[in-house]
Amino acid sequence: MKHDGVLMGKVNPQELDEFAKEADAWFAANVNPDPGFMLPLTFMEVGTDQQFDFLRDWQNKVYEAGYLGAAWPSEYGGGGLDQAFQDAATDAMRRHHAPIMLNAIGLNWTGPLLMDIGTEAHCKKHIKGILSAEDIWCQGFSEPDNGSDLGNAQLRAVRDGDEYVLNGSKIWTTQGNYAKYMILLARTNPDAPNKYAGLSFFLAPMKIPGVETRPIRKLTGEYGFTQTFFTDARIPADGLMGKEGEGWQVAMKTLEYERGVHGGQAGGYVLLPLDAFAVIDLARKLQRDGAPVMDDPVMRDALVEFMIEAQSLKLCQARGAFAPLNEERPFGLALSGKLMWTEFARRINEFAITLQGTKGGYYVGDPNAVDHGLWTRGYLNAFSATIGGGTSEIQHNIIAEHVLGLPKR
Amino acid sequence: MDNLGQLGFSEAQGDLMEVAKRFCREQSPMQKVRALMEDDLGHDPDVWDEMAALGWLSIAIPEAYEGAGLGVAEIVPIMEQMGRYFLAGPFFSTSLAAQAILVGGTEAQKQDYLPKIAGGSVATLALSEQSGNWDLTAITARASHTDQGLALSGEKFFVRDAAAANWIIASVLVDDKPALVLIAKDDLPKDALRREVIIDETKRSFALTLDGITVPKSALLDMAQAEAALAHIHLCANLLSTAEICGGTQNVIDYTLDYLRTRKQFGRTIGSYQALKHPSVDAYTGYERARSLLYSAAHSFNEQGTGEIATRMAKAQADKAYAYAADRAIQFHGGFGFTYECDAQLYRRSAIWHASQYGDAAYHRKKLADLIL
Repeated sequence: MKHDGVLMGKVNPQELDEFAKEADAWFAANVNPDPGFMLPLTFMEVGTDQQFDFLRDWQNKVYEAGYLGAAWPSEYGGGGLDQAFQDAATDAMRRHHAPIMLNAIGLNWTGPLLMDIGTEAHCKKHIKGILSAEDIWCQGFSEPDNGSDLGNAQLRAVRDGDEYVLNGSKIWTTQGNYAKYMILLARTNPDAPNKYAGLSFFLAPMKIPGVETRPIRKLTGEYGFTQTFFTDARIPADGLMGKEGEGWQVAMKTLEYERGVHGGQAGGYVLLPLDAFAVIDLARKLQRDGAPVMDDPVMRDALVEFMIEAQSLKLCQARGAFAPLNEERPFGLALSGKLMWTEFARRINEFAITLQGTKGGYYVGDPNAVDHGLWTRGYLNAFSATIGGGTSEIQHNIIAEHVLGLPKR
Repeated sequence: MDNLGQLGFSEAQGDLMEVAKRFCREQSPMQKVRALMEDDLGHDPDVWDEMAALGWLSIAIPEAYEGAGLGVAEIVPIMEQMGRYFLAGPFFSTSLAAQAILVGGTEAQKQDYLPKIAGGSVATLALSEQSGNWDLTAITARASHTDQGLALSGEKFFVRDAAAANWIIASVLVDDKPALVLIAKDDLPKDALRREVIIDETKRSFALTLDGITVPKSALLDMAQAEAALAHIHLCANLLSTAEICGGTQNVIDYTLDYLRTRKQFGRTIGSYQALKHPSVDAYTGYERARSLLYSAAHSFNEQGTGEIATRMAKAQADKAYAYAADRAIQFHGGFGFTYECDAQLYRRSAIWHASQYGDAAYHRKKLADLIL
C-alpha cells in the first residue's frame, strides 16, 4: 500500500480521509477480541511468552499494513506521511480496542531520540527493527539503590579504546529478558562537579557476554520486569548519545518525547487508557450482598464521586490548551498530571473490587472471577505507576516545591 | 450520558477575568473586608456604582433589554475574583434576580426591570423556607388574589442583600402552583426584614415576613414559566457559587502557602515539612480539578442536560475542595489559626456558607446519580 498524502507540506484531506477509512476497515477486520488468554493492558505487564509472541506478531502486522510509524521517514522504514495519517491510524486502533504496541521504549523513546540527535547510521540500523518489533528495546535508568533518584545512577561505564566497559546493575527493566538493546544511563565520571554531570547515555546491546537478566516476580504473581546485571560487559563506543557527561540532558530529552512535547513518537499506544465508564458497566452487572449494586445508595454515591473525578482529570488535561486559565501557575497542571491520574487509577480499580462483594475474593485463574480477575490484577498493577517514575510521595514533593514554592529544606 | 461537559473559554471571559482580578484586588483589600464585616450595610455603595459603570450587571442581559447580550458564562470569571478577594456586595443576588426575570418574567416585566438592573439597580431573591429544602419548588408561602392585588403570606429565609434591594422576587404558591412575585421595596412594611446571623460575615442575609404585604397583580411573573425559572435559578446559583468557591479556594491556598514559607519552628521553615507539604498539594490539586469543572460548566451551561450535569459536578467538587483547603488552612496556622484575626476562618466560614446554599456536595452527587448512572 503506497500513500502519497503529503503535497507541498500540506495534507490532502481526501487522501487522509481515504486512509482513515482503510485503517478503520483494516482494524475492524484484524483485531482479535479474544485470543483465548488475557492480554496485558500495558507494555509493562507482558508476563508470559504467549503474551509476548502474540503482541510482537501484532505490532509487526500493524507495521506491515502501514499503520505504525506512518509519519516516520520512509528512508528508515517509516511511511513518510504527515503526522495526521498516523493519528488517524491510532484513532482507528482505539476505536476497535486493538491490543497495545509491544515495543514501547523503541517506539516512544529510542526512535524519536535517534531521529533527533542520532546519526544517519543509527537511524538506518535501528528504526526499521523498532517498528517491526524485530528488535525489542528496554530502558536502563533505575537502579536498585536509586529508585526515584535517577540522577544518582551509579552503573559505571569506563572507556577502553572503541568500547565502554560496564559494571553495575539496573532494575525495573521492562521486557529486559526479551530486549536486544537498552537505552542506558551510566556514570562515566564519578568525580564530576555534580552528580548529573558525570552521566552519559548509551545505546547498549543486551545479547553480549557480561549482561545477565533476572526476571522479577511482581506482587500479582506475574513477570514483566527484570533486574539486569552488567559484569565487565563491553559495548561499542559509537552507541554514546550526545557527548560524555551529557547523559542527564539526553535522558530528560527522552522523557519529553514520552510526554509528547515534541511529538515524533511512532504512533499507536502502549497502554490502554483507563476507562472510568467501564466501572459503571461493571456495577450494572454485579450483585453485592444479594442485591444489584446499582440499588445500593452508598455504592452509587461512590460511583458518582469517581465519575466526577474522572471528568475533572479529563478537563484538567484539556486545560493545557487554554492559556488564560493557567496563567498563575503555568506548569501546575502539567506537573500534577502523573500524581492525579495514577492515584485515580489505583483507587478506581480498588473500588471495582469492593463492588464485587463476595466475588472480590477471587483472583485471576478462577472460573468465577469477575472479568477474569481483571480489576484485582489492575489494582495490584496500578502500583507500578504510583511507584514507578517517581513515587506519589516524590510527586507531592515536586509539586510542593516547584508549583507551590515551598522550601526543599 | 456520555457528554459530561467540555472545556471552553471565550475572549470575553478572558477580558473580564483580567479586569475583575485587578478591580477586586484593589477595591477589596483584607483591611476593607474586615471593616465591612462590621458595617451594617456590609458593602461599599461606591464600589457597587463602579461595578455598574463597568457594565457588570448588564453582562448576561440581552441587548433588547439594554444588556451586553453575553451569557452567565461571562459572569463566572467575575464571580470567581469576587470570591477570591471577598468583594462584598449584591452582585450575586442581582445577577440571579435578572435571570429570574429573564426566564420567568412577562415581556412587560422584562422591558421594565431588566434595563434597570443592567444599570445597577439592586434586586434579590426570596426562595428558602423554614423547611430548609434545597428543592426550590417546595414552597409553602402563598399569594392570594384580593381586590387590592395579591396578598402574600408566609416566611422566607436567607434573602441575600434584602436591605439594599429595590425589588425582592419571592417564590409563592398561587392556587397551589409555584409562582414568582416581585415585591418593591416601598411595599415592605417596617419590620418585614430581620437581619439573620449567618456564618459568613462578609455577606448579608435576611428573614422576610410576607404577612401583610400586598403587591399589584402586575407583580406576578409568568406562571407558565415559574418552574423553568426556578430550575434555572437553581443551576445559575450553583454555577456562580462555584465560581466564588474556586476564587476563595485559590486564595486560602495562597494565604496558607505564604505562612508556610515564612513561619519557622524547631529551626526550620514549616513549609519544608512533608506533613504540611503533601496536604497542601492535595488542596491544590482539588482546587484545580474544581476549577476545570467550573469552566466546563460555564461553557456547557446552556446545553440541555449537559449543563446541569456539569454544574452539579462542579459544585460538588468545589464544595469539597474549599472545605478541605480552608480546614487545613486553620490547622496549618497553628495557634494563630485559632484566632479571629487569622483570615483562615473567613474562608472556612465562607465554605460552610456556600455548602449550605443551593445544595452541598452530597446533595449534588445524589442528583447526579440519577442523571448519569
